[in-house]
Amino acid sequence: MTLYSRRRGKNAVVLGLSVAATAIGLGWLALILGALIWEAFLGLSLQVFTEMTPPPGSAGGLLNPIVGSLIMTGLAVVIGTPLGMLAGTYMAEYGRHSRLTHVVRFINDILLSAPSIVIGLFIYEIFVYQVGHFSGWSGALALAVIVIPVVVRTTEDMLLLVPDTLREASASIGMPRAHMISHVCYRAASAGLITGVLLAVARISGETAPLLFTALNNQFFSFNLNAPMASLPVVIFQFALSPYKEWQALAWVGALIITFAVLALSIAARALGSKEPL
Amino acid sequence: MAEVALQGRDFAQPAITSRSKALAKLRLSDAVFFQLTRGSAIAVLIILSGIIASLLYGATPALRQFGFGFLVSERWNPVTENFGAAAPIYGTVVTSFIAMLIAVPLGLLIALFLTELCPMWLRRPIGIAVELLAGIPSIIYGIWGLFMFAPFLQRTLQPALIGVFGDVPVLSTLFAGPPYGIGILTAGLILAIMVLPFVTSISRDVFEAVPPVLKEAAYGIGCTTWEVFRRVVVPYTRVGVIGGVMLALGRALGETMAVTFVIGNAHRISGSLLAPGTTISATIANEFTEAVGDLYTSALIALGLLLFVITFIVLAAARYMLMRLERRIG
Repeated sequence: MTLYSRRRGKNAVVLGLSVAATAIGLGWLALILGALIWEAFLGLSLQVFTEMTPPPGSAGGLLNPIVGSLIMTGLAVVIGTPLGMLAGTYMAEYGRHSRLTHVVRFINDILLSAPSIVIGLFIYEIFVYQVGHFSGWSGALALAVIVIPVVVRTTEDMLLLVPDTLREASASIGMPRAHMISHVCYRAASAGLITGVLLAVARISGETAPLLFTALNNQFFSFNLNAPMASLPVVIFQFALSPYKEWQALAWVGALIITFAVLALSIAARALGSKEPL
Repeated sequence: MAEVALQGRDFAQPAITSRSKALAKLRLSDAVFFQLTRGSAIAVLIILSGIIASLLYGATPALRQFGFGFLVSERWNPVTENFGAAAPIYGTVVTSFIAMLIAVPLGLLIALFLTELCPMWLRRPIGIAVELLAGIPSIIYGIWGLFMFAPFLQRTLQPALIGVFGDVPVLSTLFAGPPYGIGILTAGLILAIMVLPFVTSISRDVFEAVPPVLKEAAYGIGCTTWEVFRRVVVPYTRVGVIGGVMLALGRALGETMAVTFVIGNAHRISGSLLAPGTTISATIANEFTEAVGDLYTSALIALGLLLFVITFIVLAAARYMLMRLERRIG
């Protein structure tokens, strides 16, 4: 065998492997989504959205966990977004080259991928344990801690994309900096900022670990944020590990709802983000 | 009405004072906004130090009670309140190792396919698919692993492994025991699927950052695609790839839900990969709400502290490496 054909052979083998790897990777993931849709459609009905979680052995729906998830996700976004946006604003507008910015960026990137169960422990320590009981508030706080790094990151990135000529123009007509940021920079980067919030919502809507010992779970419908609150991921966790057929079927349906919500949010964020800035 | 009245008063006053008043107001709002943003940036730092401080505080009783033995003891007995972290640490390390063993080569090959081979029209859809899949919550992987993957492994792969390696000296202990379906190997495989999108998307981004001139020069002197990849792309991006892999490792180490479903939650170190085990995060998720007694809770928080410290080191190293690559590319 000549050197040339040996090199070509090696090349063909590796390229073949890379095609195979792609097929395996995508096939594997398609398999998961396929199984999810198949299993969940068997249990999907209107009942799921209108009835409470059932006691073992009877039929029911997922209304209270869906509402609980919506409430806690909404609160987490309301708490986390302003803080994250302001911090990102500082990093992109005021302290672009300051030491604080570099440190915060580094720490923020670590918080971005820190294990979420640890954040649950943190909120348990500083809130649940002090108050003495599990509550919807603590669940929302735990989720807010996860929202912050996502929003900080996208806010900084998006504000840095705003051309400096815009800033110079507004400074030249005597605009104070705070006005410039809120009336020019935020407006120019608005699509990107909303993308960040959508991504954050997508990130927390499937989070289970931080809710396990903050919001706990609640079998009944409840708007009371001072009491334990049901959430979709925790209910899925509980129902899937139970021995009851009805509960397991509901867990699959819940999993499908979350997956679709997350995919829809990511696609919306992507569509918004890919629009031309400005 | 009020507005008109206000304007009228402004006119009445000398122009200088109203102007300086307005300027002072603007200056004040400017300062307030600046301090607000700076305070928020500092708040991010405070959150991180708060996490570490609260975990340290919560873990103190357990660490004081067991000392260094906490790290090496395999015992986990809530009744006699005797706790050691060796089994969860072992499970965390082994499952993550299995995951990386599978996900890294697969992810790199997929990234190679996406950057060098894939036709242009297919590149975007596959790239988007990979990124969307990275966003799917881990509980979905967990429920699939429990109901579909584990029974499948129990029927097919695990008996085959036991059969094939049954007579090989070392491997027979590694693949010993009845096929439970759930266990360390299953958890490792599920983790591999979970981190695959992370490895792929980061290595693809990094590979795409290689200046085309370098690759074209190599192609120009007659290199094959594999040689270009091996001799030009990989050396140029090595730091970034390692950073990406460590980022994925950080995810795998801290992953909770996907693992909790399929690991079996058994507090022992078993030589066999098919046996049930536990990981740090799975132990916390399973036992925290049921923990009675301060020492039990404290031991679980100590586990959380351990997990946080490990992932912090891995993630910090990953970020440092990615930052180094970014600086080089400019």
